[in-house]
Amino acid sequence: MNERRMLDDQHFETMIEEESICTSSNVVYDAPHKALYDTPMHYCPGCGHGVVHRLLAEVFEEMDIIKEVIGVAPVGCSVLAYNYLNIDMSEAAHGRASAVATGIKRVLPDKLVFSYQGDGDLAAIGTGETIHTCNRGENILILFINNGIYGMTGGQMAPTTLPGMKSTTSPFGRNVETMGNPLKITDLVAQLPGTVYVTRQAVHKPVNVRKTKKAIQKAFEYQQNGGKGTCFIEVVSNCPSNWKMTPLDSNKWMEENMLPFYPLGDLKTPSGKEN
Amino acid sequence: MTEEIIIAGFGGQGVLTMGTILCYAGMMENKEVSWMPSYGPEMRGGTANCITIISDTKISSPIISKCDTVIALNQPSVEKFEDAVKPNGLMIYESTNIIEPPTRNDIEIIGIAGADEAAKMKNTKILNMIMLGAFLAKKPIIELENILAGLKQVLPERYHHLLPLNEDAMKRGMELAKAAGVTA
Amino acid sequence: MKELKLMKGNEALAEAAIRAGCDAYFGYPITPQSEVLEYLSREADKRTGMVVLQAESEVASINMVYGAAGTGKKVMTSSSSPGMSLMQEGISYIACAELPCLLVNVNRGGPGLGTIQPAQGDYFQSVKGGGHGDYRLIVLAPSTVQEMADFVELSFELAFKYRNPVLILTDGALGQMMEKVELKVQKERKFEDLGWTTTGRNNGNGRVITSLHLKPDQMEEINIHLQKKYKTIEENEVRVESKNCEDAEYIITAYGLVARICNKAAELAREKGIKVGVIRPITLFPFPKKEIKELTKNAKGILDVEMNAGQMVEDVRLAVEGKVPVEFHGRMGGIVPSPEEILEKLEEKFIGGVV
Repeated sequence: MNERRMLDDQHFETMIEEESICTSSNVVYDAPHKALYDTPMHYCPGCGHGVVHRLLAEVFEEMDIIKEVIGVAPVGCSVLAYNYLNIDMSEAAHGRASAVATGIKRVLPDKLVFSYQGDGDLAAIGTGETIHTCNRGENILILFINNGIYGMTGGQMAPTTLPGMKSTTSPFGRNVETMGNPLKITDLVAQLPGTVYVTRQAVHKPVNVRKTKKAIQKAFEYQQNGGKGTCFIEVVSNCPSNWKMTPLDSNKWMEENMLPFYPLGDLKTPSGKEN
Repeated sequence: MTEEIIIAGFGGQGVLTMGTILCYAGMMENKEVSWMPSYGPEMRGGTANCITIISDTKISSPIISKCDTVIALNQPSVEKFEDAVKPNGLMIYESTNIIEPPTRNDIEIIGIAGADEAAKMKNTKILNMIMLGAFLAKKPIIELENILAGLKQVLPERYHHLLPLNEDAMKRGMELAKAAGVTA
Repeated sequence: MKELKLMKGNEALAEAAIRAGCDAYFGYPITPQSEVLEYLSREADKRTGMVVLQAESEVASINMVYGAAGTGKKVMTSSSSPGMSLMQEGISYIACAELPCLLVNVNRGGPGLGTIQPAQGDYFQSVKGGGHGDYRLIVLAPSTVQEMADFVELSFELAFKYRNPVLILTDGALGQMMEKVELKVQKERKFEDLGWTTTGRNNGNGRVITSLHLKPDQMEEINIHLQKKYKTIEENEVRVESKNCEDAEYIITAYGLVARICNKAAELAREKGIKVGVIRPITLFPFPKKEIKELTKNAKGILDVEMNAGQMVEDVRLAVEGKVPVEFHGRMGGIVPSPEEILEKLEEKFIGGVV
């Protein structure tokens, strides 16, 4: 009986207090709440958006640029990104985030501007804006989350949906003969003289999370240092809900199917460009 | 004084420029001016025209269907605008190219062989200035010196060496009109 | 000191934008308004450092305007009818997010690709919303090259006063024609924190420019707020010009360049002994309802003249509440009515052709 009583909440709190393990010297992880609201996100369990949001917030804090950044949210699952990121943000029409970002950057060239877009937004309805923004070499960061599906509208086929992949509008699998091929827009923009840094990353494993964070940080550093063009980061991600898998299975499926088609790594770096 | 003029011809004959010069010159005399071009595909080699209005009072409509003067530089313009001249109005036409001259008998009609004269002066581009000179001989609504100042405004600076030639052409036009018995 | 210039309507508008201290222009070429972009590309940057960007489409242009306007800078775009249609989605977003900016429509003949000649077929699109949802633009209709220039500064004033997009609705003829213009002195480009702008987080939390309000009660609240604002605009910002209406038996209503042609028609009418006056709404939204009702109360009839199939005439009819007969004469497809034609129609419709 006594032992049972020992397990109640009160006891734990007392125990924590007494033993004082929650000291600043013992902190192993602190949420970046200067740039990230302390609020639950609406993203599905296992979704990559939450991780990328946190990475952004970490970079903003660490680089001390919270007052310098202006973000542009897309239409898609991350339409409410500004409810999580505590920075100045503008919500764009579907596909137009990079045009909105262009407008902001052109009138406030000293600020650090980025757009945050999904695959439908960036590579279907907004393809024109994406290519022309990159081709003009706007000194902004385009952060592209590619999960191969329309998440917010409920799992329809996206421009990046893999061949044979099922969605609500390709219920028998994507038939490339009638539905066209997945668009490797990141490879495409890497060819444009206006882009300066193009990379493809993921957030499904700790090592990838670290690499993505590094990429985001680099992109803002390039922009901070005057920038010589557009930085473009693709994050290959998952969609457990619309892929109809558990988070774990979705990450496995992503690794086995998405990554061979969308291989990770830098497609273009400033040094590579100079060479 | 209100003078409503339609100037018409082929694109490239300088009809729009004639109107512009009149407007600049009119402005220098503190007159009210308006210039309404025909625009669009017509500008490329087809017929072009502009309505130019010079007035001592505020101009109500810059678009008119009846005018005091028509200056026609090609045959289609005669056909299109002969009826636009008000009774007792004036029609000046370029008589080298226009083989069927206007026929109305309730208006004054003056033919000026501007193209011939321009050829004699070895520059076909000054046809418009010859015709403008003829018009001013009949209706000296603006001082010659202001017309010349207007010309200077309209002509891009790299062509300013052509100013004397243009001036000569205009004076030649005036002479041609006077030789044809035209009096102001 | 008076600075008089002979300028095309489009160029006068562009020059006025530079002088008004405009910060940025985003646009795409389309006839008959390309002179605005051309003129600004040539003049703006070297004189004031104003940003001028030729976008890849009208869709991109209007979204660049959206982005830049969210920072509180003075931003504008211009286009002509088909291009304005492409912009409507963005304009709806701008209206909902309450961003001040200047839009210019140099109206050409439609529908479809239509013609590049002048027309007024975009009246409904301009004053009744245009894009999706319940919103209004403040719409100014110049009738002279001078007003093409003057309305630029006025538009920015109104846009910032009400945090609302302002549209200058003009047409191809006014854009292309030349008249004397008196230009204002150069204004300095100024930039201040307006309290709602996204210029990088200041004190407090991040600011957001958005038109997304998923909860119906919130969205209704936004709508109620917008409607209240439009009502205030209707009460305070009506502009109208009337000519010889006091003793007029017949009154012509028309806007833009057409109103000037109607002035000429009215002059011709008076020469014939018919007393005709002209009312020209300068603001198409807010529409001068009360003013038209008052000015026409003793008239035997109203002839509304437009370069379309009859659009503003609906507002004129609403304004007079059936108390005066309203007839319509319109030309379409880029044809401009002549003063003689307008007088003839007036006689035909009201006097039965017998004078």
